[in-house]
Amino acid sequence: MSLEVLSCGPMLSVQDQGRLGHKRFGVPAAGAMDRPAMDFANALCANAPGAATLEFTGFGGSFRAGRDLRLAVTGGACDVRFGDRVMPAGQSHAVKAGEVVKIGALEGATWGYVAVSGGIAVPEMLGGRATHLRFAIGGLEGRALAAGDVLPLGEDDPGQPCLRPRVPVYRPGAIAPGTPVRVVPGPQDDYFDPEVLDRLTSGIFEVTRQRDRMAMVLDGPDLPAAGGHDIVSDGIVPGAIQAPASGRAVVLMADAQTTGGYPKIATVLSCDLPRLAQMPTGTELRFEIVGRDAAEEIVLEERARVAEVLGGLVPDVAGALSSEFLLACDLVGGIVAPEEVMGHDLAEDHQ
Amino acid sequence: MSGQGPERCEGTAQRPVFLPVGEAAISVQFGTRIDEDANRRVIALARALDDAPVEGVLECVPTYRSLLVTYDPGHVRGAVLEAELEARIGALEIGADIGRTWRVPVVYGGDIGMDLGALAQDKAMSEAELVALHSGADYRVYMIGFAPGFAYLGGLPEALHTPRLATPRQSIPAGAIGIGGQQGSINSVSGPSGWRFIGWTPWRAFDPKREVPFLFSAGDRIRFVPVAEDEGAAIARGIASGEITPAPEGDR
Repeated sequence: MSLEVLSCGPMLSVQDQGRLGHKRFGVPAAGAMDRPAMDFANALCANAPGAATLEFTGFGGSFRAGRDLRLAVTGGACDVRFGDRVMPAGQSHAVKAGEVVKIGALEGATWGYVAVSGGIAVPEMLGGRATHLRFAIGGLEGRALAAGDVLPLGEDDPGQPCLRPRVPVYRPGAIAPGTPVRVVPGPQDDYFDPEVLDRLTSGIFEVTRQRDRMAMVLDGPDLPAAGGHDIVSDGIVPGAIQAPASGRAVVLMADAQTTGGYPKIATVLSCDLPRLAQMPTGTELRFEIVGRDAAEEIVLEERARVAEVLGGLVPDVAGALSSEFLLACDLVGGIVAPEEVMGHDLAEDHQ
Repeated sequence: MSGQGPERCEGTAQRPVFLPVGEAAISVQFGTRIDEDANRRVIALARALDDAPVEGVLECVPTYRSLLVTYDPGHVRGAVLEAELEARIGALEIGADIGRTWRVPVVYGGDIGMDLGALAQDKAMSEAELVALHSGADYRVYMIGFAPGFAYLGGLPEALHTPRLATPRQSIPAGAIGIGGQQGSINSVSGPSGWRFIGWTPWRAFDPKREVPFLFSAGDRIRFVPVAEDEGAAIARGIASGEITPAPEGDR
């Protein structure tokens, strides 16, 4: 009843939808950097939405199934193989007990998800299984996973078929780097001159190597705060765009602290934050301002669209892989050598 | 005290402002400074929302001067929630503090309280005088933040206000008793810090294995009780063996 990690990159961790209810005690939500991609992986395995998955960046690793199970990889294009069988990402596959699954490098995306039927059943901590690396909360001993780790699995229903979406996708929505990342101004937009607020939407920002589960540092126009770069700490949500004295925009992500003392010029819409998280290092992007009420509409529409993809999965009959589907997945051959794509930036620790 | 500058949306203790924090949170801001009155209102509003939850509200995070209210726009829209919050604020009763009072044992000085000697010298007082000053004050938990269970304390005597170090130290243990600017702290997890440290408590503000993982809440009162090093060690052993459970005054 387990999944054994035979090899993996430095940032493989157990993640779920994140913790709720402990922020007032300083506990960040944590959870998947790309929640729709993770929800998609769970749906492909017919798991409950709250099931825990494995999140990786760069490349996945190899895993041995301790029992018959279904497994799905989502987030981006990725070479997945069971023995010598190529198994496309974006759908679930049956894995026999003892089989080894090799998950290669992500392409065009940053965070990948591995769901297995029954979910990763590490003990819950503070109401969730998500790993917060810095505070060593949740997951397996609060840490990134390593070769040799054996993960307990929850009960599954072996009768369930493997699933795939009608139209092949790796996540329920495009990352679309060319589409602006939408933000709601504030809560400290009044700390910035109108001319600086204009820069936020007129300027081009670039995803830098300084990124991890807590924050993404963006290159781009200076964002000096006329009101000062220190505020008396207030509450923070993932998506907050902080402007520290360096003037560089820092977007807070899933593992963000609950409070902070930098002014926040704007907040990324929760439906656009996973897109930003997925953008490869070096991606150029723009921000677009929307009002709060409009932002709520956008997020609800996006939520409905994701629900439609997740609700429209079809059985992958007899696990047969149509050549049509495989072609549509645009798979490339050969697993890319992990070192070539990993770099070292993502292993960085904020401590 | 607060609410100056017409161009700024600062808010006051009496008339807070509602600041959108994306499409799923609102910051109810009672001012922009550290202010006990504003903080009382923050905590009173959080309590009011705990006692009678608003449909669609997910959680509240009290901070020094504002309450972060997160919500699900699928259940309540921000504009509707603001109106509801406004009504709640109008009905707030700001009475005496109803937070709990904790008497926290502290071993002053030693390896963890490495700054005690230098700080006393800085302030032209003896170590004993500094300890008496620090342990003679009434502190109030303004907020929990930065790290799980980390308590930011107001009420530090002015004579003890000390700027943070320019370069943080890499590893300060959990339980360290700190001074940062005009605030006090009880460190809850080990990690880097630029604060000055004058002692340690055998209590653990955050212990995920304990039935109640967090000791302190925003609004609680804190008194520090000096204990000798061997007594501190004995309390630590008692906590480790389960014989001692930190509790507020008058139980709970």
